[in-house]
Amino acid sequence: MANILAVDDSPSMRQMVAFTLKSAGFDVTEAEDGVDALSKARDGAFNLVLADVNMPNMDGISLVRELRQLPNYRFTPLLILTTESGQDKKMEGKAAGATGWLVKPFDPEQLIATVNRVLS
Amino acid sequence: MSIDMKQFHQAFFEESFEGLQAMEAALLALDPNSADSETVNTIFRAAHSIKGGAGTFGFNEIATFTHDLETLLDQVRSGQRATDTALVDVVLRSVDVLREMLECARDGYQAEITAASGLRGEIQALLEHDAATPADATSETESGVGGHWQIGFAPHRDIMLTGNDPLRILRELARLGDAMVTADASDLPSLLDVDPEQCYLRWTIELHGEVSENDIREVFAWVDDECDLTIQAQVEKSQTERASQPPEEVAESAPDALAGAPAAQPTPASKPPRKDAGSIRVATDKIDQLINLVGELVITQSMLEQTARTLDPVTNELLLSGLSELERNTRHLQEAVMSTRMLPVDFVFSRFPRVVRDTATRLGKQVVLETSGEGAELDKGVIEKIVDPLNHIVRNAIDHGIEMPQERTAAGKPAQASIRLSAWHQGGHIALQVSDDGKGLDRDKILAKARDAGMSLADNLPDSEVWQLIFAPGLSTAAEVTDISGRGVGMDVVRRNIQSLGGSVDIESQTGVGTQVTIRLPLTLAILDGMSVRVGEEIYILPLDSVIESLQPQLDDIRSMAGAARLMQVRGEFLPLLSLRELFGVAGQDLPLDHGIVVIVEAEGRQVALIVDELVGQQQVVIKSLERNYRRVSGISGATILGDGRVALILDVGEVIRSRQIAAAA
Amino acid sequence: MNDMQHQTAGAAAEPSPQGDGLRREFLSFRLGAEEYGVDILKVQEIRSYDSVTRLPEAPDYIKGVINLRGTIVPVVDLRLKLKLEQAEYDKHTVMIILNMADKVIGMIVDGVSDVLTLADSQIRPPPEFSGVLDTRYITGLGAVDDRMLILVDIECLMSASDMTVLENAA
Repeated sequence: MANILAVDDSPSMRQMVAFTLKSAGFDVTEAEDGVDALSKARDGAFNLVLADVNMPNMDGISLVRELRQLPNYRFTPLLILTTESGQDKKMEGKAAGATGWLVKPFDPEQLIATVNRVLS
Repeated sequence: MSIDMKQFHQAFFEESFEGLQAMEAALLALDPNSADSETVNTIFRAAHSIKGGAGTFGFNEIATFTHDLETLLDQVRSGQRATDTALVDVVLRSVDVLREMLECARDGYQAEITAASGLRGEIQALLEHDAATPADATSETESGVGGHWQIGFAPHRDIMLTGNDPLRILRELARLGDAMVTADASDLPSLLDVDPEQCYLRWTIELHGEVSENDIREVFAWVDDECDLTIQAQVEKSQTERASQPPEEVAESAPDALAGAPAAQPTPASKPPRKDAGSIRVATDKIDQLINLVGELVITQSMLEQTARTLDPVTNELLLSGLSELERNTRHLQEAVMSTRMLPVDFVFSRFPRVVRDTATRLGKQVVLETSGEGAELDKGVIEKIVDPLNHIVRNAIDHGIEMPQERTAAGKPAQASIRLSAWHQGGHIALQVSDDGKGLDRDKILAKARDAGMSLADNLPDSEVWQLIFAPGLSTAAEVTDISGRGVGMDVVRRNIQSLGGSVDIESQTGVGTQVTIRLPLTLAILDGMSVRVGEEIYILPLDSVIESLQPQLDDIRSMAGAARLMQVRGEFLPLLSLRELFGVAGQDLPLDHGIVVIVEAEGRQVALIVDELVGQQQVVIKSLERNYRRVSGISGATILGDGRVALILDVGEVIRSRQIAAAA
Repeated sequence: MNDMQHQTAGAAAEPSPQGDGLRREFLSFRLGAEEYGVDILKVQEIRSYDSVTRLPEAPDYIKGVINLRGTIVPVVDLRLKLKLEQAEYDKHTVMIILNMADKVIGMIVDGVSDVLTLADSQIRPPPEFSGVLDTRYITGLGAVDDRMLILVDIECLMSASDMTVLENAA
């Protein structure tokens, strides 16, 4: 089963994402900011990373940039979670190497559909 | 699958309130003239998270309100907008409105927050004024619904390096309708030259189905900068070709950076990152459950100890030393568990920069706030309940204590007044002090007012007793009622609230120099130092804080009043004499007065003498709720379990005294 | 507010949609010559009678509170609550600890007999005594051989105002 790393500094969003994905049968590891995520990504092998953009310590875009430098994550789907007002963030994220994005607010169904699409 | 989003609400509220607090602290720390970018980022991030969460968890009003605020803050963050006091003010007021909205959402109220729409208007006006609002992100390009599309998809060579798989995109297209896919492998080099990380293929897709151009673009949304894409409607009637370039991204409102926006300057000393001691979030119920369990352990332990007292110390040496070890471990365990409910006073103090700033600004006074001892800890329950009284005292100090700047200068004081909030531990208590360097209390005015209220007072009453008059019901509110400290709540209520926490409050003041209000509070609401007394078969616990003394009355000390009420003379004062037996309807008769025991208790500055059968002793008791399974009982604040397993009721001395006054007035 | 609680209380004895009906278990207990039954799902445990700590300003049938493993639990004398003749407590007197909604209470009865399973078909609606007797808390009469069990809804019986805080008591 696919292993997903969910990164968000907001505990409620993180819980929501993790709970939803676990209910859909994925293995989920949570990280609370970019730094935390990077170290967890180094230690584990994830099939997909979902990262919030705005986070303290290391934001989602820097995280994507860092992850793409790691040999294990060159082709891994990396999705950023952005808000509708952050259109420029999508482009910034793409430039950093993100696969795509998911626009907040999203509901659990959208999340699962997107993840299934990427991992199919 | 349906997921109940309610389960995440509590986490959302908790983090949002924390976020608001962080926002408020950052706003107050912000120097509007040279905004520190990290501080601005913190403020932005908090708003951003609240908006994201509110949208996700279905709190649409909050999401809408925060949306504009976030846009405003984003402009500040990106240097498009200068910070000034007015902006800080708008954001601070937004914090208040958000807090209120979140509280309503949390408590399930459908309340109209009137301030919200006005404030939102103000924010929108700001946004329209000197910076263009970002246009709606989704570009509504004309898009018809067609039955037959021809799509040319030529990925750039390194498309896979962003984790995008062209085959996934083809699969998604196939889900939209009937797809006929033709691959063009003409660019494929010889096998030896193939770099497996590159994409050499391109595709043409004939798609049949009721599909709009937008649906198709949606599939390519993530890669439209990583491929050449053409989408042509093959509809027979209108052969409009849509030569499709990657759609223009709508510019995210980037007016010239020169438009009056100073680039955020790096400040010389940015704040060090907050130390994270490594913590986990635990529901308060779980902690309370732990506290209850430990409470029971303490009871069992003291029961064992009592039983063991009758044992022969020589033959039972091992058992007794084991029991004393148990006693020590239990005590340490109890302390450790109690400490999990402890929070630093900073939780309360941190809100005061805001209170002081707002109050002083409104009154045209200059006040600087200093705090000390923020690290001192006390129980979460106590912290929550002390906020209002402290708030009242601080506002009062600014309103009545501190002079206008010119008045201060005239008196030879600095124009800027200071208010100091401090906290320190004192035995099993914590002291919280509010001191100001204002004009001090006006002795004559207080005396005059007290006399107007019908009190007969000696002219040579010591200062300390004059200051106490401030806490008398009806005296404090009578001053000029301002919207700052007026509010119909007087210092009598402040004192009552503090006393209901088992605390006390004292005032010291010196004319022209300032006033100090000191609150003493128990560290926790879960344990109480009590004096146990026996009445008939029943044991009652009196909070030790309220016990003044106990004595055996002499018959000459007892007087009757109007035939029924009894008074007892203690050190020149006549105190109402009450029988605890009669008060609580305990069976039996009181002992003849000169054989019984009288305990003098005090609350809210009033004393009464309580007749009991016997003093049993002093002990720490764990407070248990009567309301959990029963209801409130007047005159009783809770119950506890004694060493022998029996239940004893804890007296609410304040209520006993108050109810007596009502009875007397009726 | 109390009326609403009383109405929901009656719903317990409604026949289930499937033929023979639901089978439910009742703990039977004695009060004098009468036999009562209470839904076993509400029963937390049975204890021998223990001395109680009196509560001021409580109605006579609330005997006081006990310490149930660290929780303060009020104790009701069901005879007094039902206005039956008062009995001396003896070695058969027991306390049934009931868990209702979110509250735990103790109920003093003369003794417990057994646990009976009743099908809906064995439960008759309670007779009506217009005005003479307050029977709102009786959900039905259970017939087992020659025994008659008076089935009581404890929540309904105990939700009277004397057990709960008055919301508007400011």
